[in-house]
Amino acid sequence: MNMQSDNSSSAPEAAPPTGMIVIRNLVKKFHGIQAVAGVSFTVGAGRVVVIIGPSGSGKSTVLRCINHLETPTSGEIWVDGIKLTHNSKDINAVRAEVGMVFQQFNLFPHLTVLGNIILAQKIVRKRGEQEARRVAHEQLERVGIPEKAGAYPGQLSGGQQQRVAIARALAMNPKIMLFDEPTSALDPEMIKEVLDVMLKLAKEGMTMVVVSHEMGFARNAADAIIFMDRGLIVERESPANFFQNPHEERTRQFLSQILH
Amino acid sequence: MTAERSTSLDTSRQSRIAPGLERMADWPWWLIVAILIGLVVLFQIVTNQRMSVIFGAIAAGIGVTIRVTLSAYSIAVIIGLFVGLARVSSNKVILNIASFYVEVVRGVPILVLLMYIAFVIVPLLVTGINGFGHRLGAETGLGAVLAKVSTRNISNELRVIIGLGIAYGAFESEIFRAGIQSIEKGQMEAARALGMGYVQAMRYVILPQAIRSVLPALGNDFIAMLKDSSLVSILGVEDITQLTKLYAASTFLFFQSYSLLAFIYLTMTLLLSRGVRTLESRLSAHRR
Repeated sequence: MNMQSDNSSSAPEAAPPTGMIVIRNLVKKFHGIQAVAGVSFTVGAGRVVVIIGPSGSGKSTVLRCINHLETPTSGEIWVDGIKLTHNSKDINAVRAEVGMVFQQFNLFPHLTVLGNIILAQKIVRKRGEQEARRVAHEQLERVGIPEKAGAYPGQLSGGQQQRVAIARALAMNPKIMLFDEPTSALDPEMIKEVLDVMLKLAKEGMTMVVVSHEMGFARNAADAIIFMDRGLIVERESPANFFQNPHEERTRQFLSQILH
Repeated sequence: MTAERSTSLDTSRQSRIAPGLERMADWPWWLIVAILIGLVVLFQIVTNQRMSVIFGAIAAGIGVTIRVTLSAYSIAVIIGLFVGLARVSSNKVILNIASFYVEVVRGVPILVLLMYIAFVIVPLLVTGINGFGHRLGAETGLGAVLAKVSTRNISNELRVIIGLGIAYGAFESEIFRAGIQSIEKGQMEAARALGMGYVQAMRYVILPQAIRSVLPALGNDFIAMLKDSSLVSILGVEDITQLTKLYAASTFLFFQSYSLLAFIYLTMTLLLSRGVRTLESRLSAHRR
């Protein structure tokens, strides 16, 4: 209703583009330096897209623009048919529908695992204590650590913390889950337990965008792989094509560096 | 290998001092001496006629000192919390107003600030209130009351409480600001990503962590405030310092009077600093 018609040349507001996430010509500059230099892609409902690329390629920035943790410099983003504007009410509404998992977990250290999972349910989703607790226990069951409800984050291993972070996001019943290098801060033997949870989510039909270097996960779970370099999408492929016969020279170069 | 290293470390220590003595060397000797002196003074107050008379004369001020300290400190913490939040605000207007307050107040000696607030700001406020009362109409109820407010209605004690509160508010705001900024950026991002607004994220995620980490610093400032409350004697507020000053001037018992005064302050501050230390260690034990 109060959306600006700043996209005068494109389609009217009445018909938002189809797709769970639609990104058009996304540009993000930090102090004049382009981190994302015009990126467009669509993620259909229930699809899993893995974004890979060298560090500094803008992949995390794209992810963080989807729920406006970074404000895009220009370009358009629709999430589940809602166009993201600068209106903070719209942004909070979209964020409640988009779960996000961070590299550093970012659990709230002053709250127990249960407290972490019920906080936003109560104050954002306005759920009662009883319901919030019930949902929290369900989600802890789902990520495989129901026995840790009373523990503090500092008492858990990295893998357990990351699974709690996933449970915390899932408790909001999001339509989309974003993962920002979810296994990069983990010890090697803990990576699998987190990837297993993500794989399970993917199979259950969750719409996911994952920034990761876990090629095994990309191969097994992704519907599409987006390869980014210097703020641009180099190519978008199915996993099979991506690994077997990538079109671009830059992709081949990158793959030869990380697959050994 | 590590065992070997630790034993060699132990022997080197033992060669320096015998184990029993070493433990004694770690005793808080200063505290023991202080307690002994304190006991002597206490004994004097109870047994010595003259000391107990002096104590009787200035004891009434203890209540005033505590009342001034507690009231001014409460004001300071409330000001500090909100100004601290303003200092991390992205709103430039709020940020600049808060910075102006902090920098100006921190740059003026507390004694000067107390006099300035008591003799300049408060009368100005009263004039303002009177003017407001006249505009409401000096005949009607509220207007009449406001128009008649006089500078004399505002006691010196209230003025110094406001003054100390404003002065310390600037220090507390810096403590709160540092506490808020010490919380990782990811905490705010995680809260916002879950759909919380800025205020909700501050209230439920950032502040609970920040306040916990600044409690020791706040405790230290409470002790500092207790000591600085002696400045209010300059405005004739009858705290222990003022009563001691009056008593010593009228009896010429300077040695006994001021020794007793120092003893009373020390007792209060040492007890409080022990309390702050306990709080600190308990908090760090619960951490992570």
